[in-house]
Amino acid sequence: MSALETFEASCHLSRDTERHGVHPDDEYLKRGRIPHIWCSGCGLGVVLNAFIQALKVREIPPDKAPVVSGIGCSGRAAGYLNLDTYHTTHGRGIPFATGLALARPDLTVTVFSGDGDLFAIGGNHLIHAARRNVDVKVICVNNFNYGMTGGQSAPTTPLESRTSTTPYGNVEYPFNLVGLAGAAGAVYVARWTTFHVRFLVDSISEALAKPGFTFIEVLAPCPTGYNRRNKLGQGLDTMKLYRENSVIQHGIPPQQAELDLRRRIVVGKFVDMEKPTFRREYENLVQQKARKS
Amino acid sequence: MNGDEASAEGALAAGCGFFAGYPITPATEVAERMSNRLPEIGGVFIQMEDEIASMAALLGASWGGVKAMTSTSGPGFSLMMENIGLGMMTETPCVVVNIQRAGPSTGLPTLVGQADVMQCRWGSHGDYGVIALAPGSAQEMFDLTIEAFNLSETYRQPVFIMSDEIVGHMFEKVVIPPADHIRLVPRRKPTTEPWACIPFQAEDGLVPPMACAGEGFRVHVTGLTHDEMGYPHIVPPTQERLVRRLVDKIRLNARDIIRLESHFLEDAETVVVAYGCVARSARESVQRARSKGLKVGILRLITLWPFPTALIRELSKTVRTFVVPEINYGQMAYEVERCAGDRAQTVLVGMMGGTMHTPTAILEVIEEFSR
Repeated sequence: MSALETFEASCHLSRDTERHGVHPDDEYLKRGRIPHIWCSGCGLGVVLNAFIQALKVREIPPDKAPVVSGIGCSGRAAGYLNLDTYHTTHGRGIPFATGLALARPDLTVTVFSGDGDLFAIGGNHLIHAARRNVDVKVICVNNFNYGMTGGQSAPTTPLESRTSTTPYGNVEYPFNLVGLAGAAGAVYVARWTTFHVRFLVDSISEALAKPGFTFIEVLAPCPTGYNRRNKLGQGLDTMKLYRENSVIQHGIPPQQAELDLRRRIVVGKFVDMEKPTFRREYENLVQQKARKS
Repeated sequence: MNGDEASAEGALAAGCGFFAGYPITPATEVAERMSNRLPEIGGVFIQMEDEIASMAALLGASWGGVKAMTSTSGPGFSLMMENIGLGMMTETPCVVVNIQRAGPSTGLPTLVGQADVMQCRWGSHGDYGVIALAPGSAQEMFDLTIEAFNLSETYRQPVFIMSDEIVGHMFEKVVIPPADHIRLVPRRKPTTEPWACIPFQAEDGLVPPMACAGEGFRVHVTGLTHDEMGYPHIVPPTQERLVRRLVDKIRLNARDIIRLESHFLEDAETVVVAYGCVARSARESVQRARSKGLKVGILRLITLWPFPTALIRELSKTVRTFVVPEINYGQMAYEVERCAGDRAQTVLVGMMGGTMHTPTAILEVIEEFSR
């Protein structure tokens, strides 16, 4: 056997066909991709499951629901879903999805990514996509830190929190993600936690059916990266915190939706309005005028 | 029309249905023309928030099954590099037009340069093969933009038009042939059933067919090192196979991709190697040198990458001097020198940017080295 052949023989083709089709949601998960890489107690599985349930509620065929994600733990969600999935560069999931959604208005395009990805490196893209009202559904899993790179501070890290790059405590004010998305023009804005599973499924399914730029923040525990350094315990302890401290306040201005993990977490649907999408306006105004002239 | 506009028309003739870009001199006229013309044919133009977003949107549109293009100039090209790398890794066809100006940094926004030709070759991190075309006239801006779309579909990757401010802004007559006279390469689709499709397995050995969004193939597309199924597989053998194929699909097809124009090479002792606007001056200087009885030839690079290594190597056996005029301080001259080795000398006629070489300036160098 030549060196190259030995090489090739050692490369498996990850096309595992065993143990698939056992679970009713298996159709939504790529064969051989589970188990996932997420830590135990992580909230990402809950959000992924809620997204799948929402697709089922809306009866959106898997072939019509591409998912785009950026980089990080949340970014890996794309790799597990048995849809057309795109794992793109850090922070650029939204512009990638913008291109996809504009090219294919017949598809329901979802961006599934994390707080660091969407609001630090990708912050500019998020506000502009919201401003344009492109038809993209954003699910932002917020765990208050950069999980995959080892728990560094993020634009969402609460004041005084410890992360691997704020060993003495964080001195930067965090973003209020729903406030920012709402201010930028998102037509649907909600915040839930991984404790509010049913609300979350309802919320995602509402967003999937709503034309335009929708934004859902989901607070999720990160036992390995964030909890450990901030004495928040395991994933289950965070869930208890969510249960005790969450207050549902539908319809309040998202800028006022408080978020203090240890004291008061305001969740709910804050924005739900009608506004023509970029693509619709472009077709109605620009393309019609261009054809007439 | 000017070169920028001709490039936009070439894109439309090639079937481009999506343009995402960000304004930058001297590439703006490409975007402006597209914003005017795309809606007429049902396509979409979008001015993104920056060049990073433009490049990402291009890739998204391409995976949506639509032919996509952007245009930019040096600083914007730099910003696009990360997503150009994603385009190379995920094998996403699209066209990037770079109307070069002088740098580094903001440099000379309204004046010509040719100093991005090495960035275009090596700009994004990692190994990959590159196809870059350098038009020398408004007509070629039209023709080569179509060619760039065809090459991007054939080899499934971003293809560059490395033009320059002078070619982009020069007004010339452009002949647009009837649509049925234009050769177009359609996107190759998998012929297998979705369940049997191995999306990144190249049937012909190098370029796999492309299963786009909404076609039922449910492909996972990632910038991570991936196996033929498209799934992340972070091990050396998979990286070895994947990167080898990405580089080889260009390297092994170089003969089919490379396009050149040459005159008087048969008996040439001195050969001028030029591209873009400079090639126009070079052609004039070579003619003048010939009329003076000097044995001078010209090699115009239409394809900058892949580089015609074998040809230069062959020529260097009989040629004494390669003269390389370019609007930078020696980029393609290094490439010529690499191929010529010690067999022939390579003389750079560098210019820092802002204007192009006069035929006289090139002729003086030719005469100096032809004695």
